[in-house]
Amino acid sequence: MNGFFTRNGLPRDARDGQRSRGIRGRFRPLLLLFPVLAMWCFARPESRAQNSAPAAKTAAAPAGNAQNGKKLFISFGCYECHGTVGQGARSAGMRIGPPPLDLEGLTDYVRAPAGEMPPYTAKVVSDQELSDIYAYLSSIPKPPPAKSIPLLN
Amino acid sequence: MPKKKESIDRRNFLKGAALGAAAVVANPSVASAQPAAARPAAPVPPRPPEPRAADISAARVLTTDRPGADFMVDAIKSLNIEYVCANPGSDFRGLHESLINYGGNKTPEFITCTHEESSVAIGHGYAKIEGKPLLALAHGTVGLQHASMALYNAYCDRVPVMMIVGNTMDVKARRANVVWDHSALDAAAMVRDYTKWDDQPASLQHFAESVVRAYKIAMTPPMMPVLLVADTELQERPVPAGETPRVPKLTLASPPLGDSGAVKEAARLLAGAENPLIVVDRGARTAEGLKLLVELAETLQAAVIDQGGRMNFPSRHALNQTDRARAVIANADVILGLEVSDLFDTVNFSSWQMDVGTRPLTKPGVKMIAVSSMDLYLKSNYQDFQRYVELELAIAADAEATLPSLIEAVKVSMNDDRRGVAQERGKKLAAARQAALEQARTEATYGWDASPVSTGRLCAELWGQIKNEDWSLVSDVSPWVSRWPQRLWSFDKYYQFIGGPGAYGIGYGAPAAVGAALANRKYGRLSVNIQGDGDLMYAPGVLWTAAHHNIPLLSIMHNNRGYQQEVMLVQQMADEHNRGITRAGIGTTITDPNIDYAGLAKSLGVHGEGPITDPAELGPAIKRAIEVVKRGEPALIDLVTQPR
Repeated sequence: MNGFFTRNGLPRDARDGQRSRGIRGRFRPLLLLFPVLAMWCFARPESRAQNSAPAAKTAAAPAGNAQNGKKLFISFGCYECHGTVGQGARSAGMRIGPPPLDLEGLTDYVRAPAGEMPPYTAKVVSDQELSDIYAYLSSIPKPPPAKSIPLLN
Repeated sequence: MPKKKESIDRRNFLKGAALGAAAVVANPSVASAQPAAARPAAPVPPRPPEPRAADISAARVLTTDRPGADFMVDAIKSLNIEYVCANPGSDFRGLHESLINYGGNKTPEFITCTHEESSVAIGHGYAKIEGKPLLALAHGTVGLQHASMALYNAYCDRVPVMMIVGNTMDVKARRANVVWDHSALDAAAMVRDYTKWDDQPASLQHFAESVVRAYKIAMTPPMMPVLLVADTELQERPVPAGETPRVPKLTLASPPLGDSGAVKEAARLLAGAENPLIVVDRGARTAEGLKLLVELAETLQAAVIDQGGRMNFPSRHALNQTDRARAVIANADVILGLEVSDLFDTVNFSSWQMDVGTRPLTKPGVKMIAVSSMDLYLKSNYQDFQRYVELELAIAADAEATLPSLIEAVKVSMNDDRRGVAQERGKKLAAARQAALEQARTEATYGWDASPVSTGRLCAELWGQIKNEDWSLVSDVSPWVSRWPQRLWSFDKYYQFIGGPGAYGIGYGAPAAVGAALANRKYGRLSVNIQGDGDLMYAPGVLWTAAHHNIPLLSIMHNNRGYQQEVMLVQQMADEHNRGITRAGIGTTITDPNIDYAGLAKSLGVHGEGPITDPAELGPAIKRAIEVVKRGEPALIDLVTQPR
């Protein structure tokens, strides 16, 4: 058994900005700000491009249902790498909130991920379901600052 | 454990034989099927009459004052081995009895195990703390097969473990059918690919020389498991009259040092580098190794990446840049690898996904130096040697033993100008280290109050209660809990971390923790184990071993209720195959029913609490459990956790 990690003690993470693709919207600035956290954001081969066509953008994204989104976040396996509240894990998936990024960026990335993250195409996850997941991520409160937690000081 | 075969009822056997003979006579086709002109057989001498039971009793010597196994114990005792781990087996009953009676059950003391894999893995964890092997015993066949995975882990982790297995070579000594099942022509063959050396002594003198030789070989870097096959007759029969076997003196081999010219060249390259980088995996074998690594890094003011195969480098040292590994690799112009198990994967991009390929993570022109004992001993079949790496210098040597000469050579190579450059470099690295620590603390806040409990919260709560104790983390946590301990805790003593299993063979964690705690016991250290649920279920009986032998050990379950790595990998397959994305839990999760680990612990004589799902309850539970451990007993807290 092995893991999504390297001999450097780091995840197989944002190693390859040059080859990254599918990172759009406001995702890219975040990756620049948090390069270590941006796990899964290295390139996928061009040969897989056919699986990663970005979803058509709509002027008005479907409104999300946070309660349903929470269920989907678990049943679709998002929590397996990102944790049940999107906190991320150094040896699995990046932190995806709170706060989450914009829905457009989330949708683009899920459809055409640029790292170890597998693609979730429209065949298995609809745009409406992604909107629900986004609504769930948006509902998660921000954590207290580290300075306010004695165990972290 | 031996499994006795069903014996055949004699009356039914004779009845069946008679019917068979009658059938041959009644069916001419069977008889006529025999070769008509069969070559006449050579005359067979008549079987001598069986001696009567009364005659046997009269002639047989029933007791002995000096079985061969007593001398074997003399040989084993000469090595000052503290413990012998085993679950009992008929093939080493003679040695077992001699160890506990003739040997007084001291040095070595018997540690009763419930699985042979546990016996060896306890030795693995013990050696990580104590720096020397203990002894594991097993059947040569059914026991060794159980033990084989733990041997493979120890082999890949370059850890010394001594193993003796029983076997019966002479057919006359194979007393019953079960002994035939437990005998092998070459018992060690099945593990020869991942043991450093084995032997099957034919006499007691041979045993004495081989057991001393085996210890010496196991302890010479690269350290690995060794195995002896002890014949049952050699164990149980008396020391032959007139023979006075002698135990030879043990002289350990000095570890191999790097060639002086190569070491000087390495020092010249490092001293002249603008951004030297030290990558260390199993570089420190002892506490002295850790001190030497600090001295080398401080002399150079070089960044250090501690890959955690051993406790190599203080986690909060200003030069520890493990959290910034990618940045310092990309920036390095000279990289020194010290006992790095996979240097290729350290400096190259690779992926779990197909067809992605690899590419360098380093900048062009980087010069790489490796000091590794792996160049001194490799085998072919199992591929743990990883991909070939192009190097500027390959120094085939033990890294720790080579460090003093390398440090001296670096000091000679550093002039005032280079020392000035190094000091400036060190200031920048120190600032980056502090920023990484603050970043880790901020990251730990995410999911702080979540249920299941986050691994960051788990590690922060645990650190809060052990940081003022003389603690030792006796589990591998690097990937499984996102390296939180190394990121949040202050490790600065060699015994505070034991690294991983070597071959990523699950089932190592629990017994290795018990073994390391066994080694820590005499020093009064608080042994702490973050225990995976899947790992524990391979052989949970090791908890009973800890209770039975009063081994103080605090275990906190990282109970994510699944084989998490495989949860993710099967999910990845489902996503890539565009189907069934809600079904990755089939065959990968450990639920329905959820395992009651606290109940399991209690049933095995261990203090158990849980399951805990509210993070607020964790701190008080840890406090209670530490009180139990301080009384000299094991304790376990079942904590339901986030995946990683």
